[in-house]
Amino acid sequence: MPFLAQASSASARIDSVFLWVFAVCLAFLLLISFFLVYFSVRYRRSRNPEPEDIEGNAWLETVWTLVPLALFLAMFYYGWTDFQYLRNPPKDALLVQVIARQWAWSFKYPNGKQSDQLYAALGRPMKLETRTLDVIHGFFVPAFRVKIDVVPGRRNTVWFTPTLLGDFDIQCTVICGVNHSAMLSKVRVVSEAEFKEWYFSDEAAPRVPAAAAPAAGKEPPIVGLLRGKSCLACHSLDGSPMVGPTFKGLYGSRQTLLIDGERRSAVMDGALLRKAISRPGSVQVLGYPPIMPPAKLSDEEMEDIVAYLRSL
Amino acid sequence: MSYLEAQGRGGLLSWLSSTDHKRIALLYLFLLVPLFWVAVSLGFAMRLKHLFAGDFLMSAQTYNALFTVHGVIMIFMFVIPGLPAVFGNFFLPILIGARDVSFPRLNLLSWYFFAAGAALALLSLFTGRGAPDTGWTFYVPFSLRTGTNVPLAVSAAFVLGLSSILTGLNFITTTHRMRAPGMTWHRMPLFVWALYATGWIQVLVTPIIGITLVLVILERLFGIGVFDPAKGGDPLLYQHLFWIYSHPAVYIMIVPAMGAVTEILPTFARRTIFGYRAIAYSSIAIAALGSIVWAHHMFTSGMSDLAGVIFSLFTFLVAVPSAIKVFNWTATLYKGSIDMQPPMLFALAFVFLFCIGGLTGIIQGALGLNIHLHDTYWIVGHFHYVMFGGTGFAFFAALLYWFPKMFGRMVEPKPVFIAWGLMFAGFNLLYGAFLLLGGMGMPRRYYAHLPQFHPGHLAATVGSWLLVAGLLVLFGSLLRALRSGRRAEDDPWGGKTLEWRIPSPPPAENFAEVPVIDAAPYAYNPGRRS
Repeated sequence: MPFLAQASSASARIDSVFLWVFAVCLAFLLLISFFLVYFSVRYRRSRNPEPEDIEGNAWLETVWTLVPLALFLAMFYYGWTDFQYLRNPPKDALLVQVIARQWAWSFKYPNGKQSDQLYAALGRPMKLETRTLDVIHGFFVPAFRVKIDVVPGRRNTVWFTPTLLGDFDIQCTVICGVNHSAMLSKVRVVSEAEFKEWYFSDEAAPRVPAAAAPAAGKEPPIVGLLRGKSCLACHSLDGSPMVGPTFKGLYGSRQTLLIDGERRSAVMDGALLRKAISRPGSVQVLGYPPIMPPAKLSDEEMEDIVAYLRSL
Repeated sequence: MSYLEAQGRGGLLSWLSSTDHKRIALLYLFLLVPLFWVAVSLGFAMRLKHLFAGDFLMSAQTYNALFTVHGVIMIFMFVIPGLPAVFGNFFLPILIGARDVSFPRLNLLSWYFFAAGAALALLSLFTGRGAPDTGWTFYVPFSLRTGTNVPLAVSAAFVLGLSSILTGLNFITTTHRMRAPGMTWHRMPLFVWALYATGWIQVLVTPIIGITLVLVILERLFGIGVFDPAKGGDPLLYQHLFWIYSHPAVYIMIVPAMGAVTEILPTFARRTIFGYRAIAYSSIAIAALGSIVWAHHMFTSGMSDLAGVIFSLFTFLVAVPSAIKVFNWTATLYKGSIDMQPPMLFALAFVFLFCIGGLTGIIQGALGLNIHLHDTYWIVGHFHYVMFGGTGFAFFAALLYWFPKMFGRMVEPKPVFIAWGLMFAGFNLLYGAFLLLGGMGMPRRYYAHLPQFHPGHLAATVGSWLLVAGLLVLFGSLLRALRSGRRAEDDPWGGKTLEWRIPSPPPAENFAEVPVIDAAPYAYNPGRRS
């Protein structure tokens, strides 16, 4: 692929098939274009005023049916062999759980370690088992040439072996709502030693200069809870504008609301907040898109969150 | 007296109650063109947004609504009905020597369904809690959860489907029952063959999207659970049902376009078509094979790997009849006497752009490559090459070709050549950049893009300006021709098919006397054959 790193063991395989299929297709296009232009010029009316009715040629029809058929079958075959490679992970691959939700990725390792970026060791195969907490998402790492849809009710899997050190983009590929294009993360490929050190430590991120540790380690637990439930994907804590209203000063403020479809001006209190969080459609702040997904919270978590919002 | 003047010229009611297939064709045209421009404007606005990587011009929610509505209007209200409803309605009866379609009243009813569907779709933009934001594919469960106005948009697509089914039914019956004496199957113009094949696809697969859309509405209103794993359903069921219709629908869009181009090439090459039977039967082969490739939209969905292999194989097979058509079109130029008039230029651009559309389809049909390319700008580039470069350019070629017959006026060629140049350059810059962006891994339906994709987005946006400028020049010259174009002769291009043997514009019932057919449709030089 043009302008794109070959960062996994699949990359070069996919690219080489792409190259020859592309070359055959380009040759075909050039051939057709050449004849279109050549005939248009050679047989233009001023030069060839006397046309001929040629009704067909069985020999030619056979050739241009069978030759493309043979080429197409060859392309199908190579596409298939690549697919088999992509679908059959090695037995020793490290199994990581991918949890997708609107609009964040989270990765859970066999020892319980959890991260919002995917750490992987150079040369070590990794198998991802995906699940979604809400709608369909798509897990795509262009540099690895791998992609899998994350579908409710299914544990779709995907695997790769990183062959380059560095950070590679993870992008969501199935439209999942207003922040679809912000549902990004990174695969951070580090050396086996660095990976192991991180894996068996308490640290959130490996200690490598390139990898700036995400803020997750230092924040209070309640912020971690809000982040974990994806609230902070749309609501800021410091008053800055995002997709949804900021949490700062929301509690106790007078807002124009849509309550059960009815437009009313009301003061945001605990009851209204609880209603808004548990059944998002029923209470909305006017001027924001009606897109909030319901969050699954225990009663205790709900009270913690309401109390925290009150304090902001 | 032409069909434009019969039954009282100006009265709107005389048009809205007319069962004349030609008037119905124009009724469609007058709805389709404004809808096309609405959708073009939405696409243009999306391209403007990508002048900047982050926030610009509109919110993410608006952007998501724009690509959804752009897709819904373009697909259901322009590309699917485009050639059959306008040129099929107008020319199918004439080309087979008939005075109208089999069921003229049903034909008018189809138009009313279409108008009602379009009205519902436009209504869905301004009512409820905002325009739908799911993409034109309405994938569950997102389409079930989003607060936006999905049910109304889905109902609109349902009603539009009724229109499509009835039109297909009418065309099949007309082709079987209304041919003039001597008009055997192998003397039918190839546009008729294409419409006939399309009619079968419309009748057989459109009901499936109807069922699917009703299930979405039931699921939203009553939570019946067919798509919900918690209740024993499956979201992939929706995708299968959706694509069982929507992939054949791609052929509803492209086969009539191929048919129109097949009419244009012999006229301007002034020789018979090369490989009449190959082109005729390949339309039927495309219709048949095209109905069993739908799951190639789902290679990354987690359906079984075996299903992936089978659907990839069928996908390669359906490329063969399309390739056959391309070869025969090209061979039709051989030893012709080519007059490069605007319709011909657009028809040749169709062949070139359709080749790119088809070949990029081949590339993404290979399983291993599809995994990388799926849901990226590559796919968006590919289907714009097929639907805009293919069907769109064929629509303009057909419009320019038949304009003198439909309106009795000639279009001044010079500005059309300029329009063609702008459109061709802009198109390739825009969608060529899309293919490149997709290869680099730019996902579709993204409001904000990562910095590595920015140069590609800039190029695409500049391309969109050229393309829209070309469209403006084209429609400007069409409008001018409509008002003050030179009067057209009965056969301005020297065509041989039946429409060129009747006045421009045609009288109300086409033929004063039903013609008797005794020759193949494109016999330009009956005395001279190699």
